[in-house]
Amino acid sequence: MSAATIVSLPDQSTARIPRMNFMSKEKGLLSWLLTGDHKRIAMLYLVSITFFFFIGGALAGLIRLELLTPQSDLMATDTYNKVFSMHGIIMIFFFLVPSVPATIGNFLIPIMIGAKDLALPKINLLSWYLYMAAGMLGLYAMATGGVDTGWTFTTPLSTHYLNTNVITTGLAIFIAGFSSIFTGLNFIVTIHKMRCPGMTWFRLPLFVWSNYAASILMVLGTPVLAITLVLVVLERTAGIGVFDPAKGGDPLLFQHLFWFYSHPAVYIMILPGMGVISETVSTFSRKRVFGYTAVAFSSVAIAVFGFFVWAHHMFIMGISNYSMLVFSLLTMLVAVPSAIKIFNWAFTLYKGSITFETPMLYSFGFMGLFTIGGLTGVFLASSGTDIHLTETYFIVAHFHFVMVGGMLMAFLAGVHFWWPKMTGRMYPEKISQLAALVTFIGFNFTFFPQFILGTLGMPRRYATYPPEFQVLNVFSTAGATILGVGYLLPILYLTWSLKYGEIAGDNPWRATGLEWQIQSPPLTENFPSIPIMDHEAYDYEWLEGQKENVASVG
Amino acid sequence: MSDSQVVVHGAAEGAHHEHLPYQRHHFETYAQQSDATNFAMWLFLLTEVMFFGGLFTAYLIYRNWYYPAFVEASHQLDIRWGTANTAVLIISSFTMAMGVWSAEMKKKGALVFFLVLTFILGLAFLGIKTIEYKEKIEKNHVPGFHYSIQSFLNPSSDPEVHAKNPEDKPLPYDMARHTEIYFFLYFAMTGMHALHMIIGIAILGFMIFRARADAYTTGHVTFVENFGLYWHFVDIIWIYLFPLLYLISRH
Amino acid sequence: MSHISPVLWQFLVKWLTNFSLYPPQASKIAPQMDALYFFMVLVSLIGLTIVILLVTAFSIMYRQKKHPIPVQIEGSTMLEATWTIIPLGLFLIMFVWGALIYFRVYTPPANAMNIYVVGKQWMWKAEHPGGQHEINSLHVPMGRAVQLTLISQDVFHSFSIPAFRVKREAIPGRYTTVWFEATTPGTYHLFCTQYCGTDHSHMIGDIVVLTPDEYKRWLAGSTSGSSLAQNGERLFSSLSCSACHNARPDARGPNLANVYGSKLTLANGQAQLADEGFIRDAILNPSQHVTQGYAPIMPTYQGQISEDGVIALVEYIKQLNSDYRIQQTTTTTTLLPESEGGKATPAGQKPAGQGMVNQ
Repeated sequence: MSAATIVSLPDQSTARIPRMNFMSKEKGLLSWLLTGDHKRIAMLYLVSITFFFFIGGALAGLIRLELLTPQSDLMATDTYNKVFSMHGIIMIFFFLVPSVPATIGNFLIPIMIGAKDLALPKINLLSWYLYMAAGMLGLYAMATGGVDTGWTFTTPLSTHYLNTNVITTGLAIFIAGFSSIFTGLNFIVTIHKMRCPGMTWFRLPLFVWSNYAASILMVLGTPVLAITLVLVVLERTAGIGVFDPAKGGDPLLFQHLFWFYSHPAVYIMILPGMGVISETVSTFSRKRVFGYTAVAFSSVAIAVFGFFVWAHHMFIMGISNYSMLVFSLLTMLVAVPSAIKIFNWAFTLYKGSITFETPMLYSFGFMGLFTIGGLTGVFLASSGTDIHLTETYFIVAHFHFVMVGGMLMAFLAGVHFWWPKMTGRMYPEKISQLAALVTFIGFNFTFFPQFILGTLGMPRRYATYPPEFQVLNVFSTAGATILGVGYLLPILYLTWSLKYGEIAGDNPWRATGLEWQIQSPPLTENFPSIPIMDHEAYDYEWLEGQKENVASVG
Repeated sequence: MSDSQVVVHGAAEGAHHEHLPYQRHHFETYAQQSDATNFAMWLFLLTEVMFFGGLFTAYLIYRNWYYPAFVEASHQLDIRWGTANTAVLIISSFTMAMGVWSAEMKKKGALVFFLVLTFILGLAFLGIKTIEYKEKIEKNHVPGFHYSIQSFLNPSSDPEVHAKNPEDKPLPYDMARHTEIYFFLYFAMTGMHALHMIIGIAILGFMIFRARADAYTTGHVTFVENFGLYWHFVDIIWIYLFPLLYLISRH
Repeated sequence: MSHISPVLWQFLVKWLTNFSLYPPQASKIAPQMDALYFFMVLVSLIGLTIVILLVTAFSIMYRQKKHPIPVQIEGSTMLEATWTIIPLGLFLIMFVWGALIYFRVYTPPANAMNIYVVGKQWMWKAEHPGGQHEINSLHVPMGRAVQLTLISQDVFHSFSIPAFRVKREAIPGRYTTVWFEATTPGTYHLFCTQYCGTDHSHMIGDIVVLTPDEYKRWLAGSTSGSSLAQNGERLFSSLSCSACHNARPDARGPNLANVYGSKLTLANGQAQLADEGFIRDAILNPSQHVTQGYAPIMPTYQGQISEDGVIALVEYIKQLNSDYRIQQTTTTTTLLPESEGGKATPAGQKPAGQGMVNQ
């Protein structure tokens, strides 16, 4: 890698973190716990979701360890079932859904649109408390026996056949759902009503667009999950059967209601990540995003189409042929906007002036892995091949490529990219580039063999498996250890950088977003006075023009 | 929900324009603030629509499957109580609207009066609902708790209801069992609705308390307006529940 | 180390020689599905290569050292239309091709032999028409279309045979079907692929494909004495079904001869094809399936007959193609011993003999 970089830091001998900033404003634990400041809430979220990520990660480690051998020798099958269930529940509801929106989005959306805060700061704080309450309840359920429904809560298994903490866990997810609804609602209101003068819809950074699309899904999808869980809990307590065929209920109704949320949920998870990539790719190639409008509208298209594809989870469950045709076709259509995005990002590089800092490396990782994840999704959208591949490790590999390869890479890209803005200090570049590389290699090692396993027919959620699958499983577990190292590294050096990192200055990346035109870390009210937007997003010529009178900013 | 509170921290930073006392620091103008909170309320009601939407979907599917069971089970509900409750809610919507108007007109006495009236009507609704629930409990029509299908296997064993619906025939056993699904949905839907009512009444109580302290009659009516939206929404849900649950067999 | 390495080496060599990227193709549909699969793999590889090439080439050509001044480009409608329309076209091909295979997998040919499969926590029970029972294994003849009618006794299960490329959910409360035609003799994996509780991963078995001769021998060797339809006949009589469904002019229930596969008119005026699923529902939830002209007097058998029992009854009713047979049943089965066991005859039910009084 060449030493070329766009990083421009202030003179370290004289630079100081601004004395007045949102972190230094008030001291003490209480000032954090009762804050209305979106940036502080974002930090609270960042710490808490990291905590849950490592719990979920530890569970993933247990899964991979158990799968080293074909027998169930590390743990009994019912323990294994609990472990993968809790892994899924924690990773989806307590990490992936809030990951980018509640941390990076919370921190940046008001700044990016030129507002002092989110429209409803108290609701924002409430949302974090709900998240924490849900998380604690989830951990309590886990500590007192766990739950073994899988994250999908399939009825009648979850309602009549299991003796684990289904109700407590259901309640935890219900509460987490409200946290997510409030975040989404807050974003939509803020983006509609709080934009600064001159900030038209088509001057919004693409990160805002993609979070907006995800928020629509959160607001409209999550309530349906909530009511579904209420019905599951009622059915379990009262022993009646709205979802139990023996009592006249329809278990497929549960599937419909559940996937009506849970399919859009994957777009809730991936869309904000796509927003991060738009920002980083543009910044590190010093070029506006290729086809801004197409990228913006493709986010909205994904959100809209995303609501009408849920039954593709049920192709082999005996839905009618007509539903199959409709849902398979719509699923194919929803793949197109993702393809558009990938190519637009690739062409953003064209005739740019590219450097390879860590966020860019993660973004390249995202583009590669998300392409694989997206294309293998088409295997499952095509109803014929879905028959063979669904419910196998192929699907496990597919959604890990999208969720972990895509979303987690994007999350790490975003955390590194905005770390100087959030903390005022740079992360150490060399070791973080190494971490990005290790993550990428470890990831492929872990999940690529699972595509082959799935094609060979190995079912998902198996504690034991026929011995011929062992070698590929060993590869996968070996990869997981590398991946684990890749995830531990950032925790260590980012914590280190809080005290020892170089002072970043206002705009280390020389990026165009409004957030880079203010001090780092920002003031509590973000801007000394409300800005007026007089240029497009990603306008590097405007930025060059600003350089002359740069002294007046911040 | 309590956007009414005045927050002053952060006022030290930067130059501020003249602010109304109830304008929160992160809004540029008061119009922006009430616009935003209003919009947020509408969005929240949208999530509520989706929430109840799941129940309505389940209801429509099973009504289609088990129509005879749903019809006879619905005869167990007393239309008089249902109608009374509908009337109570419609009137309470009116008093709530009058309350909002009083707040906008800065009439404190009228505001408190209408809020109290709404509060009482809300309680009346819950009271009537309790009577209806009690009847169901006595007849063992609570799904999952000693649920009895006697009234449907043998309508004449339930003379009171049978007298009103003499055309009701005994249901075959397998159909009679499905009345349990009707009652499950009945309790789930009206229960969820009642829960919304209880939350609404609690907030109303809080508002009466605050209204007497002049919190809503100085021009800052967003909170009252938004609560009004919520209250009307809960009414509208009932307006859908009433025909679906009580009037199935009457076209 | 010195003595571990050869072991490891041998192991790896063995693994590499047996290694394949897809399971054996042991059914007629398998090569067809694999064709689509490899078409998609090819398209994916090309797509991925294009993305990687673009990113790498641009990264090299336009790295800051080489290309310090970026050129701002708005976008290009032409290019964007290209990468919208080409993927869309490819995806549509995959959609149509996939749907064709889907219909093939789930539309059994008319002459397929039918085997019933009941899933329960945590085993698969197969019921052959000849009365052979199997648990966690399924013997099928090569070169013959076999239809599976699946149902679950408790939770969702999924019947998956990777070597045949078929999979179907076994759902409580309704029949689902799938079919295949095995082409290569051998033993293949059977998996439950829908998570179904504690021993989900033990709900596995063998699919044994036999040559026609072997299959004949296997059938003869594992017979249980009476066919599935005969079991059903016995049950039909012991549950006193024949008290009403007896084909007499004054019968209270409809005549069941030739009912299978016919179009019925229900009491509510709806037309209904009498398939396996309908017959099952009519036994368990009779009041929703009353045939026009009859009173809704049939009691429900929900919770009183096991799924296996229902299957036997369904199979019996399917075989009824003359009035003679049903009348014979009502007379001859009194001679048969009460052998279905307590499971089939519920405690609260009238004793079997009582039904015969009507004769």
